[in-house]
Amino acid sequence: MMTKCTDPVILNLWHPVGAIAEAAPGAVRETVLLEERLSFAVNADGEPVVWRSRSDVQGADHVPPADRLPARSAYGYVWTSLGSPPAELFPIPEYEEPDRRKLNAATFGVNVSAPRAIENFLDMGHFPYVHTDILGVEPHTEVKEYDVEISVDRDEILATRCRFFQPMASTASDGGADVDYVYRVPHPYCSVLYKSSPVDEARHDVIAVFLQPVDQEHVRAHLLLCVLDEDSEDKVIKRFQQTIFGQDKPILENQVPKRLPLDPRAETPIRADKSAIAYRRWLSQKGVTYGVIPAAA
Amino acid sequence: MITLYDYELSGNCYKLRLLMSFLGIDHKTVPVDFYPGREHKSEWFLKLNPLGQLPVIEDDGLILRDAQAILVYLASKYDPSGTWYPRDNPALLGEISQWLAFADGITSTASAARLHDGLFYNFDIDAARSGAHRLFRILDEHLWFGEQQGRNWICSAAQPTIADIACFPYVMLSEEGGIPRQDYPAIRRWCDRVKRIRGFTVMSGVFPAGPGKLAA
Ligand SMILES: N[C@@H](CCC(=O)N[C@@H](CS)C(=O)NCC(=O)O)C(=O)O
Ligand SMILES: [Fe+2]
Repeated sequence: MMTKCTDPVILNLWHPVGAIAEAAPGAVRETVLLEERLSFAVNADGEPVVWRSRSDVQGADHVPPADRLPARSAYGYVWTSLGSPPAELFPIPEYEEPDRRKLNAATFGVNVSAPRAIENFLDMGHFPYVHTDILGVEPHTEVKEYDVEISVDRDEILATRCRFFQPMASTASDGGADVDYVYRVPHPYCSVLYKSSPVDEARHDVIAVFLQPVDQEHVRAHLLLCVLDEDSEDKVIKRFQQTIFGQDKPILENQVPKRLPLDPRAETPIRADKSAIAYRRWLSQKGVTYGVIPAAA
Repeated sequence: MITLYDYELSGNCYKLRLLMSFLGIDHKTVPVDFYPGREHKSEWFLKLNPLGQLPVIEDDGLILRDAQAILVYLASKYDPSGTWYPRDNPALLGEISQWLAFADGITSTASAARLHDGLFYNFDIDAARSGAHRLFRILDEHLWFGEQQGRNWICSAAQPTIADIACFPYVMLSEEGGIPRQDYPAIRRWCDRVKRIRGFTVMSGVFPAGPGKLAA
């Protein structure tokens, strides 16, 4: 039996519910967050309004102020919370850089828990097998040693010095290259990666996955691109990322169990590598119970 | 050169990429932002296909829509072996047409379920899933009886036909719509045979055949 979310850590977070670019001004859209049906709209001056769906309220203008949920727009999405969210959302400073292409590659429904999806996002080992000829290719299969820390002051996980050979790292690539990666997990259900830009060796492309938990075993995955590419059309950049995510989807949906086990002995260390181990420990320390199988106390 | 108006995650577009890969023919791709952009409903696209659906091809001035119709056209024109669509065999052509129509039924059930789960289309998900299971049951029995008679493919031919191509993608992607295939062993074996045809190519969500013998 699925009960609605009672996990205070998760209830008090900001969660994404939809891309602003896809919202016609004033149009009401319906979605589900943590098993609650929500409605949201972005009015003409870009202000998001979010409320628990009810049949007597048809448009954002008619929502009594007391019934409005916390709402903000950030990184091209509407975010809300079912609890008391923090004053700030995690920063992505690169989002403000004017020469970047900022796009929602897509929002996909995936039959997976949010933590399983984060863990897959952090794992470079699957590149040659799942994203063959794009993000990896045999025999370049080795995940070399990298560093992971749980940053206490920023309250996020940081994996650095990751390096992988990629045949086609982005739409701006013109061949294979060794690509540097940095991964951040600044939110239990969101991750941001930085990878070397093929057009400017001093800078990184930024790709983020923001998971909207529909319930413990289903998400809406919002894929943010914030990349350097002056030439490709929007739809070409989106297509590249959708191709990759479409390859991950069956892998994600076939994970067993669907919820992420936090007990350190639950899964073999090959599957749960260094960054995954840190992520699981971080979720345990925070006391997250939603979308996971908590470790026995 | 053939131009394919294409969306990577579309199984109907993949049917044409598959046939062109089997035949070894080149084509140009015009990407269409089907999702989230709904570009197939844009003014320029509706001029190509007033139904607002992918796929569409353009070849020698001919504009053609509908995956099954395009399979017929491409195989008739570009398959020198004549096995994918054997134009001189009336009984077989009838069979192929029957299964091409069946493939459209798979689109309106299994593909609809996938669009509902993955891209939030507002469809009746229970109807879509049960409709797909009904078709899969029929296909599985048909393939099972075929195997008893030494037939490997959907139609009564020694080689695969465009009917196999038309039915393959949305069967293969069914799990994305919450439609498991564990109860259809003959379908699973047939999928594996399709993946072993020379020139087979994948799309996102479809993986190549594993090493070794046919799947059990
Ligand atoms: N019978 C058509 C169906 C095509 C179809 O359903 N295409 C989908 C994309 S895979 C589409 O464009 N759907 C949009 C719509 O039907 O409005 C075919 O086989 O080509
Ligand atoms: Fe992946």
